[in-house]
Amino acid sequence: MSAVAKPGGRADLQRRRIVRALLVSVVVAYVTVLLLIPLGGIVWTALKPGWSVVGQTFVAADVRHAFLLTGVITLITLVVTTAFGVTVAWVLVRQRFRGRGLLNAIVDLPFALSPVTVGIAAVLLFGRGGWFAPWFDARGISIIYALPSMLLVTIFISIPFVIREVQPVLVEVGTEEEDAARTLGASVLQSFRRVTLPNIRWGLFYGVALSAARAIGEIGAVLIVSGAIQGKTETATLYIFRAVEERQTASGYLAALVLALVSIALLIGIETAKHRIERMKSA
Amino acid sequence: MIALPVAAIITKGFGDGLGSLRSALATPGATAAIRLTLITATLTAVINGVMGTLIAYSLVRFRFSGRNVLSTVVDLPLAIPTLVTGVMLRAIYGPAAPIGSALQRLGIHVIFAPLGVEVALLVVTLPFVVRAVQPVLLELDPSEEEAAITLGAKGWKTFRKIVLPAILPAIAAGALLTFARALGEFGAIVIVSGNKTGTLTAPVFIFQLASQFRTAEAAAVASVLFALSFVMVLLTARLLRRKEEV
Amino acid sequence: MTKPIVVHQLTKRFGDFEAVTDVSFTAPEGAITALLGPSGSGKSTVLRMIAGLEVPTSGHVWMGEEELTVKSVQERQVGFVFQHYALFRHMTVANNVAFGLSVRKVDRAAQRRRVDELLELVQLAPFRNRYPDQLSGGQRQRVALARALAPQPQVLLLDEPFGALDARVRQDLRRWLDELHRELGVTSLLVTHDQEEALELANKVVVMHEGKIEQVGTPSEIYDEPATAFVAGFVGSANVLHGNVVDGHVHLDSIRVPGADHLPEGAAASAYVRPHDVRIAEPGGPPNGSVSATVERISRLGWVARLSLRLADGNVLVAHVPQEELNGASEGDRVSIDLRNPKAFHRDGVEEPARTA
Repeated sequence: MSAVAKPGGRADLQRRRIVRALLVSVVVAYVTVLLLIPLGGIVWTALKPGWSVVGQTFVAADVRHAFLLTGVITLITLVVTTAFGVTVAWVLVRQRFRGRGLLNAIVDLPFALSPVTVGIAAVLLFGRGGWFAPWFDARGISIIYALPSMLLVTIFISIPFVIREVQPVLVEVGTEEEDAARTLGASVLQSFRRVTLPNIRWGLFYGVALSAARAIGEIGAVLIVSGAIQGKTETATLYIFRAVEERQTASGYLAALVLALVSIALLIGIETAKHRIERMKSA
Repeated sequence: MIALPVAAIITKGFGDGLGSLRSALATPGATAAIRLTLITATLTAVINGVMGTLIAYSLVRFRFSGRNVLSTVVDLPLAIPTLVTGVMLRAIYGPAAPIGSALQRLGIHVIFAPLGVEVALLVVTLPFVVRAVQPVLLELDPSEEEAAITLGAKGWKTFRKIVLPAILPAIAAGALLTFARALGEFGAIVIVSGNKTGTLTAPVFIFQLASQFRTAEAAAVASVLFALSFVMVLLTARLLRRKEEV
Repeated sequence: MTKPIVVHQLTKRFGDFEAVTDVSFTAPEGAITALLGPSGSGKSTVLRMIAGLEVPTSGHVWMGEEELTVKSVQERQVGFVFQHYALFRHMTVANNVAFGLSVRKVDRAAQRRRVDELLELVQLAPFRNRYPDQLSGGQRQRVALARALAPQPQVLLLDEPFGALDARVRQDLRRWLDELHRELGVTSLLVTHDQEEALELANKVVVMHEGKIEQVGTPSEIYDEPATAFVAGFVGSANVLHGNVVDGHVHLDSIRVPGADHLPEGAAASAYVRPHDVRIAEPGGPPNGSVSATVERISRLGWVARLSLRLADGNVLVAHVPQEELNGASEGDRVSIDLRNPKAFHRDGVEEPARTA
């Protein structure tokens, strides 16, 4: 907390108080209009028909399936992005090799792309007439309009979060402890498991939480590659999209509220991790 | 794994060279969509550039009750699915909704209008500038400002001459990120905009083309969008590198 | 059980920069060998190559009969103590010390015994369940030492182990390390830039400068018989006088300093004289090698007096003279001084300004 001493007399103090009050009110008003009111709005609208809407919505099989599908996709995505992401982050930070700058730039790519672009690319690659289509068709594996493509795009857009959050923590932690472990006889794997991982755990948690939030909320790419087939390839977000478009506002809004609540729970986890990381940095 | 989709876009989209660019622009509605995208993205970057800086400054320099709550709320768009953000906005500012209907009577259309698109983008990109500027503000050495104050500079002047130059690179980086994000935003916009020509951004337009199986045209417009994002990435990388050299 | 270390023609290049050039020496078994030099001299790099943390560009390292250079870090079984401790921050003191043993799958009971033994040795037994951030710098370094010694390495490598500590703690630990070494007798290599530390602790000193070895010898050899100008200037303090060689002496203006017999006639040379070798000549004694100087300042510090003596040509010498030998000299007096044990060296192209200690 940077505290700048503010000298001056009574008049200055008064003026500063007014300025502060003004700025803070502007800021609070902005955030309220953009976020708090809509948040309240959805709580009110979703629960307006009464608590029964909860039962009515989730009795429907396709709703249950949609949420289950989101859960499955997110879980698989998390496992893959954690394993892959940590490895890539470690390689980028600890190893020196030609093309490292390029790899670094490529990692940021999914951030810059619009999800629809990702979806189109997937269709171009795996859809009818696509590059890889013949190979998969011959084996009777369907990628587009099926789970595999949904997994692929979700993993693609989630990976950078883990990498980007683990990298700076790896740099911060430094190599000395790992060196010490090696001189004491630990293999690379042992050193990684017992020394590196515990040291980066908050950065990892942060990255995984962000990744999870992103995976749960993915719509653009998934919408294009999945075909949104009810009961088969419809995720929670796709269901909400359909429900709102088809004016089934009650269930749609409720499902949206559920996702919002899950995300807020994740957010709390994210904030906790952020604080731990800050504390580690100032230690 | 990452390189392949990029290659696919580039080749399929630019496969016919500039021809596909022209065909993309020829697709009815494409130019309007691209134009709306660029306008809203720029507007968003500017507005959130200013507001984001204000928010970061308030969070760092002022003490007020609810400060921690504000900090958490600002991070909300990072966790909430963009689609849900769109739904939230529609639920309260839509024509049938409480506040929305009141605004409608005043002639202000939010949902199913460009204003709604802009608001959605502002919400979704809110945290970026704040998170870029906050750490820089925290690191700032207070003695420079104190020196300026003792030499007679008033509040705004110290801010303009001392604080602003220091945080300008962070603001720029955050604004660029905001712009890039706004270019590609889909989930929130698709709910908030109608399907009328005046309210379609490029990503939504691409989606429409794809759902009509006009894949080639979709790819063409997508490659234009991709080219724009690519330029953004390069610019940001150049800016970051210069920041490190300083 | 402990072995000597032999380093042969070690060279290390980082891109275009050569950090270590053709370094060879032997660290005798059971002794403490110090690698002494200023920062950037390459000494830490040499140590890290011995440990295996850096791979030499060329050259070999042996521990006794085994060649280390072909082995991985883990296989070398060297104990390494880092300047900033490198303790595992998420483990207790006991777990830190036990690490080298648990990695080798030693059974729990044996681990516990060894940890207890070592914590007793470093006098930190009550701290076994604390975490590193709860310890002081000196305590952390002792834990680091215990941890390095736990797996019974045959060689102990210490990289500026006391560099991050306050002066007082440094002295205490220095003494303590000395005693520890006497008790354990493990071949030890100590990297330091603190010459006092090297002279006090080491049995053998390797002086390094800009990646090369300047001199190898015992502490007294290094101090009394410096082989190069660098060693003379770096180890202990010295007065430096620049001149040219005439008839086995270094000449500058009116002063002739002996000791340059080994240098070619007419060469540019520098004479190094230690402050305690600058003495006030006996009155009436032979003017052989005596030089005339004015006493500028006298500082009395306990039994010794520190004098600033200005020579006719303007050079100022620092002398450390026992108070009894002052012979009543006071500021402003002209005195005759003797320069004992001067060491003359060829002066390279690098123009060093005439320096006083």
